[in-house]
Amino acid sequence: MNDVLLNIKNLKTSFRIKDDYYAAVDDVSLTVRKNEVLAIVGESGSGKSAFAFSIMGLHTRAKIEGEIDYKGINLAKANANQMKKLRGNEMGMIFQDALSALNPLMVVGAQIDEAILLHNPKSSKSLRKKQVINLLNQVGIPRPEKTYDQYPHELSGGMRQRIVIAMAISNQPELLIADEPTTALDVTIQSQILDLIKELKETIHAGIILITHDLGVVAEMADRVAVMYAGQIVEIADVYTLMENPQHPYTRSLLNSIPTLNEVKEELHVIQGVVPSLQNLPRTGCRFAARIPWIEESAHEASPELHEISPGHYVRCTCYKDFYFPEQAEEERNYVAN
Amino acid sequence: MSLIEVENLKVHFPVRGGIFQTVKDHVRAVDGVSFSIEQGQTYGLVGESGSGKTTTGRAIIGLNDITSGKVLFEGKDLSTINKKEYIDVRKDIQMIFQDPFSSLNPKKRVADIVAEPLRNYENLSAKEERIRVQELMELVGLSPEAIYKYPHEFSGGQRQRIGIARAIALNPKLIIADEPVSALDVSVQAQVLNFMREIQKELNLTYLFISHDLGIIRHMCDHIGIMYKGRYVEHGTSEEIFTNPQHIYTKRLIAAIPDSNPRNREMHYENRKLVKAEYDKLEKDFFDEEGLPFSLKSISATHQVALPERG
Repeated sequence: MNDVLLNIKNLKTSFRIKDDYYAAVDDVSLTVRKNEVLAIVGESGSGKSAFAFSIMGLHTRAKIEGEIDYKGINLAKANANQMKKLRGNEMGMIFQDALSALNPLMVVGAQIDEAILLHNPKSSKSLRKKQVINLLNQVGIPRPEKTYDQYPHELSGGMRQRIVIAMAISNQPELLIADEPTTALDVTIQSQILDLIKELKETIHAGIILITHDLGVVAEMADRVAVMYAGQIVEIADVYTLMENPQHPYTRSLLNSIPTLNEVKEELHVIQGVVPSLQNLPRTGCRFAARIPWIEESAHEASPELHEISPGHYVRCTCYKDFYFPEQAEEERNYVAN
Repeated sequence: MSLIEVENLKVHFPVRGGIFQTVKDHVRAVDGVSFSIEQGQTYGLVGESGSGKTTTGRAIIGLNDITSGKVLFEGKDLSTINKKEYIDVRKDIQMIFQDPFSSLNPKKRVADIVAEPLRNYENLSAKEERIRVQELMELVGLSPEAIYKYPHEFSGGQRQRIGIARAIALNPKLIIADEPVSALDVSVQAQVLNFMREIQKELNLTYLFISHDLGIIRHMCDHIGIMYKGRYVEHGTSEEIFTNPQHIYTKRLIAAIPDSNPRNREMHYENRKLVKAEYDKLEKDFFDEEGLPFSLKSISATHQVALPERG
């Protein structure tokens, strides 16, 4: 297929703790196509940000193995110079916390200007200024000329996030990584930013990796969804399949644990236990097994793999076949007893 | 009689300036808020950051000074009460904080953290105190043996439970929960929310639940007040607010919540644009010259909206 932008194979990102390396991203393979939003979902500690940083080459001390094929270049092996040329140019990143992503001592216009200058050293100053004003217009800033000369602290949270987005798209990236772009924002601002990212997708035709823990945001934005748990992808499917017919116990538990507006539940589902820390991660067997102890051990695979259960829908381990919620079993028992 | 009645509460912070640091102006963080909560109910206070919802909660418990207005707790006005009486009332109102990582003293053991309110109010022997703390730990679902551990040895959800154990140590009547789950992961969120509902039934607690997450508010609350720039824009039962919002601000807030069904995506997006257009068109009518909402008018026995004056 020609429209594959990013092809990741067996990516493993490990960090050194004391004298051993522990994989935070463990054997992740996936593709990102042009013009699609791929959402990566998981709890904190599941390795989703470590994954994004690996693609952008932002880890300084991690050991990265495997292949990150971006238009024929293996990013996992690329040197600093190659990465510098790509980063901020063909690959843009939107960070979670806009305030710490911006330089507090520079007016925001100059910061965007800098991003353009770095990749187009010969461009003239007046042309760049025009470009920056255009970008500010594009991200919906009401008075771009005035905002150009303002410092980050003079802007509201939503406006700052728009500046970060303007910076990320300043060189028409083909790949855009958004790491929790709306987590720090109020709902009304969140919906504006999400609509903006959607509109940008239409105009710049980029492939977007959206990292989030909010399943509502996923339902609104994603074309495909990858669910991560303890460094591995446990389920991947298009958004409709994933939301309507989730299979992996973790995906189902996550969907069941959020209160929604459409139905008022008496009790929310609770996932037992916690995400294991990097050092305590079981490296063999199903990593989710410890959190669903009521499922028999024989239901899990010895070394769980992703199975394609329908075209494009992959689920790790075989335990999904036997999975049920303990509350459901109780209800059924009561029903039989009555 | 309601357990707590807040009447026209105002909290203004002075803005100082000039050589002598004289008061130049005031920030009207809370500017005329009234509501009441019945015993055993959960009241939700919603708003964006800066709307004054946290300040309202903090003013009730005495962490911010009240500029004017009344806070009647079981009929006693907390804004005029003397210190001695206040100490007694303070026992009945407790708070759960947002961040379980900064609200527990890292140098103290859990036993001391949970026992602190007991030491302030009840004269227990060391043994009685230990037993009481262990009971509380069991009540919040933590192992009683864990009382000699330090906060850093617990996970986020467990720490929030320790915060809850401390809050319920004196059998309070009202608990002010300020964004109690915002700092937690979704799966842990569910655990804490379920647990808060359980102990509410068990101990007949009343909650003032402050949050910006409307999904959680819908799940937890019987009545809801929506704040904007220190004032109320709408007040009603959970059902009224979510199925029949009247104020343009409330409509916009609800339209902004992501829909969990991806098939509604387009429809939701169009709806959001419509609501936004309506908001822009009617903004002048719904807010006064300073951009503040008008005072509330009743449209039913339980539902009040800040409709335009000439409505």
